[in-house]
Amino acid sequence: MPLVEARSLTKKFGDLTAVDAVDFEVARGESFGFLGPNGAGKTSAMRMIGAVSPVSDGYLQVLGMDPAVDGPEIRRRLGVVPQDDTLDTELSVAENLLIYGRYFDLPRPLIRERITELLDFAQLSERRDDKVEPLSGGMKRRLTIARALINQPELLILDEPTTGLDPQARHVLWDRLYRLKQQGVTLIVTTHYMDEAEQLCDRLVIMDKGKIVAEGSPRQLIEAYSTREVLEMRFPVGVQETILDRLDGLAKRTEALPDRVLLYTDNGDGTAAEVAKRGLQPESVVVRRSTLEDVFLRLTGRTLVD
Amino acid sequence: MAIPAVVRVVEAHALVYRRTWRGSVISTFFSPVLYLLAMGVGLGSLVDAGAGPADLGGLSYLAFLAPGLLVATAMQTGAGDGSWPVMAGIKWTKTYHATLATPVGVRDLVVGHLGWVGLRLTFVSVVFVAIMAAFGAVESWAGAMAVVPAVLTGLAFAAATTAYAAYLDNDTGLSTLFRFGIVPMFLFSGTFFPISQLPDWLEPLASVVPLWHGVELARSLALGIPTTWSPLIHVGYLLVWIVVSTLVGFRMFSRKLRQ
Repeated sequence: MPLVEARSLTKKFGDLTAVDAVDFEVARGESFGFLGPNGAGKTSAMRMIGAVSPVSDGYLQVLGMDPAVDGPEIRRRLGVVPQDDTLDTELSVAENLLIYGRYFDLPRPLIRERITELLDFAQLSERRDDKVEPLSGGMKRRLTIARALINQPELLILDEPTTGLDPQARHVLWDRLYRLKQQGVTLIVTTHYMDEAEQLCDRLVIMDKGKIVAEGSPRQLIEAYSTREVLEMRFPVGVQETILDRLDGLAKRTEALPDRVLLYTDNGDGTAAEVAKRGLQPESVVVRRSTLEDVFLRLTGRTLVD
Repeated sequence: MAIPAVVRVVEAHALVYRRTWRGSVISTFFSPVLYLLAMGVGLGSLVDAGAGPADLGGLSYLAFLAPGLLVATAMQTGAGDGSWPVMAGIKWTKTYHATLATPVGVRDLVVGHLGWVGLRLTFVSVVFVAIMAAFGAVESWAGAMAVVPAVLTGLAFAAATTAYAAYLDNDTGLSTLFRFGIVPMFLFSGTFFPISQLPDWLEPLASVVPLWHGVELARSLALGIPTTWSPLIHVGYLLVWIVVSTLVGFRMFSRKLRQ
């Protein structure tokens, strides 16, 4: 049986349908992602899986249980890393973990052991007795993850784990999450960063306006919905609009964004040469491989981060 | 609701308090001393020399005032602990969201919070009664029982403000509550003078306020005089406030935290 299974799962807030009859399954040991822009319904889906938000309609089982009936039992076996840090800033790093462990009814000696291990894992051992307040954003995130692991959860759900962090802090965090995955923890991640989804997820669904618009591994999605490479060109202000028709027939698909033109092609350099042959002189030319961002753009006509 | 989960919530409050107790403990000791000195002894000497004893049934003003202040202090403590900390847990530090991601449920959280406030009220009231005794304002050991109505009154306000704070979207409503609710109740619910001194049309209004019922009970216990109505009615009224407010609190917490 899948660890999490949803059929026609729906979440409504009054007239607004945040999650619109979605189906998905998460297998044990898998790292599963919800990718989509803000407001796509990712957080609502996560909150239903976390048994903190009632299902409006449809079927959902988590760890073989019904969240409406066995909420506390499900939460006992989950770890949750919310989008906002919800740490008690007046307390020390270790005290935050202690309080949390007690909520799970763990005995104090056991919690003390785990605090030592988890602070080591989160690279916060030296800050053990410091107050949380002055910690950096990356440290607070790592502490939040350590806190979510105090009950040794089978399933860890992370809502936008690296939003607001600098690149270095993000990489440290990804490394820690990768280690957890190696230890067999099932991860469910929401993100609106395609690089994060590519780094972390074995399989993901792309959500838009409450619906799942595509599903697969990052590689499958790129193969199915994009080309091998993308040629990105910038033209001087005002020029782009005038030359679009001269790009006809150069690529499998052409996407004109406000600030650049994307040509979807299997051979970026070749296409760039063709563009030059037609006498066009972009200000900048970049050839890159396709990403999930391109998949999203193809499926919804919009970029992920507006 | 599960008993262990409620206990865990109380425990968490105690751990936070271990970090923040200094300020509140100092005011727990000083504010009764200041109030009893200024109002009880200072103002009291004027009242006792004038028409006071006749209207106070032969009591000194200090003796009349002290049990009222005890309960009014409990009211303020309860209302304070039920307001901004709840707003913080839901909106500012969001620690309630973290708590509710564990096996702890909404009811455990509300009851545990009120349980902790109850412990704090007990401490504050015991200290107050000890200071009253030092001022000679407690007639007998039975007077120490005045702690019970003080705690009940504090809890009635804590439960009501907890529900209200969870209902609000921002804290301006809390300032309004204190300015136009708690302060007038503090002044006009029989703490400083009997409500029979109020204009006739205001008297029934004062008797609706839980504070008055607590003051009646505390004064009766501290001074060995009868209550206005049956003590059972006064106690029952406070209990109804606590229970109904707690139930409303469950709903408000669910609305904000279990959407």
